[in-house]
Amino acid sequence: MSIVIEHLNYVYMQGGPYETKALDDVSLTIHDGEFVGLIGHTGSGKSTLVQHLNGLILPTSGQITVDGMDLADKNTDKRAIRRRVGLVFQYPENQLFEETVAKDIAFGPKNLGLDEEEIDRRVRTAMRRVALDYDKLSQRSVFELSGGQMRRVAIAGVLAMEPQTLVLDEPCAGLDPKGREEILGLISDLHRESGATIVMVSHSMDDVAALAERVIVMNHGKVAMDGAPREVFSRGEELRAIGLDVPQAVELAQKLREKGFDVPEGIYKIEEVRAAVEAIVGKGGRHA
Amino acid sequence: MLNDITLGQYFPGNSPIHRMDPRMKLILTILYIVGVFIVANLPGYAIALAFLYIVVRVSGIKFSYLAKGVKPLRFIIIFTFILNLFFVQGETPIFTLGFFTLTKEALNNAIYFALRLIFLVMGTSVLTLTTSPVQLTDGLERIMHPLEKIHFPAHELAMMMTIALRFIPTLLEETDKIQKAQMARGADFESGNLIARAKAMIPLLVPLFVSSFRRANELAMAMEARCYRGGDKRTRLRELKYTKLDLYGALAVAAFLVIIVAEGRLLG
Repeated sequence: MSIVIEHLNYVYMQGGPYETKALDDVSLTIHDGEFVGLIGHTGSGKSTLVQHLNGLILPTSGQITVDGMDLADKNTDKRAIRRRVGLVFQYPENQLFEETVAKDIAFGPKNLGLDEEEIDRRVRTAMRRVALDYDKLSQRSVFELSGGQMRRVAIAGVLAMEPQTLVLDEPCAGLDPKGREEILGLISDLHRESGATIVMVSHSMDDVAALAERVIVMNHGKVAMDGAPREVFSRGEELRAIGLDVPQAVELAQKLREKGFDVPEGIYKIEEVRAAVEAIVGKGGRHA
Repeated sequence: MLNDITLGQYFPGNSPIHRMDPRMKLILTILYIVGVFIVANLPGYAIALAFLYIVVRVSGIKFSYLAKGVKPLRFIIIFTFILNLFFVQGETPIFTLGFFTLTKEALNNAIYFALRLIFLVMGTSVLTLTTSPVQLTDGLERIMHPLEKIHFPAHELAMMMTIALRFIPTLLEETDKIQKAQMARGADFESGNLIARAKAMIPLLVPLFVSSFRRANELAMAMEARCYRGGDKRTRLRELKYTKLDLYGALAVAAFLVIIVAEGRLLG
């Protein structure tokens, strides 16, 4: 399954005094099984773009097809699309409403019209995937949980729809470093184990560098860059020009290079830099 | 749907009406409505309309925009009109249809009541269209201030109104977000019968309430952190001052009331 976006435009409050163009001629294809990192500063159009992916917003002009289904077509069954493309909003814990954790996670599958047995299976699977203990937590009230747990319940609520594509809008926003690591870990596991397509919106270059196989940079509603992380992060000057930054690992590698150390070009993961540093230290000394 | 309601919306501007003191505007609006209720013949309503028209012209708001504000209330107006037709007892019958007799008095009453409602809505719309919510609550607070002697919480009431108005857009935004999040989980807000739709609102309302309480809590703490104490001896950022404009406004409304009363004596 792939998502094909062609010449997508979206205008907020068209005709009104506050008309703004949120998306400007965006064309891209998200392939099956990809892990895409979508980055851009506030107001770059990334949140608008992801809401198009499951038909919550319909394009002003242009075309999106999910699995061959045209989203702009009024007759397309939106729910069929929403079970294929799951969207986890920013601060998803704000959408929790049920009495218990299990019931809240079951909300999505129930809306799909599944039977009790299947719903129960999905709730258990989803909880396991986000590392929540079913026996301990399933009957607890969602409002008794910690912030990180609430977020995981909310993600489980979307996972229980068993979408082939999972879109996450700033999944780590507002979490402490430990919570952030846990969420990133489970997203990564999900991608590796079930082969799901992942689109992760993020501010953090480091998060994207750690996980994504492809990076799309948005700026003023347009796709500014689209490519492998190695390639995108090598364009540090351009990234800085649009108010973004490079991952810390890239910056470290660059600083080391400036000091005359032999650090290879194009590395962007912290492990790669570590290996490079170890190689230098192992060789026992400075170059140049 | 929400765009149709002009009552309670603010239309920014810099006309003499906009610049008047909110206290004076509040009082004058009430006096105008009293005037409209004194009137009991059609020429009187023509005068009331003419007065309103002049005020609206001075304020720079389109009269049609104001008239549009009456539209959402058309059912209430039609309803009162019909109710008056049927239930007012009169002596001069116009015609009889079975057991129902339409009398001149009933027809007059029905017309007057409908007109009064329309003028009531349009009159108050002029007030809210030309006065920002903050000014309005400020004015209300000052008017109610003397009541604090009998322990009426005028300041607290005004503060609550200001906060409530401030959070309307925030709440709308939040509603939109939660609605979308639940739709992403397959929720359906649009189809089904009344009960199914009411039930579909639960996933929307519970999170809204939760976040509203949380926000109220945070706001209260933020206010306390800045040493907010309601009521006594608070100075204000914008002092309300009566100006010449307010005098002219008062004179205009006084003239309107005199004309209305005189006209009523002459014709009524």
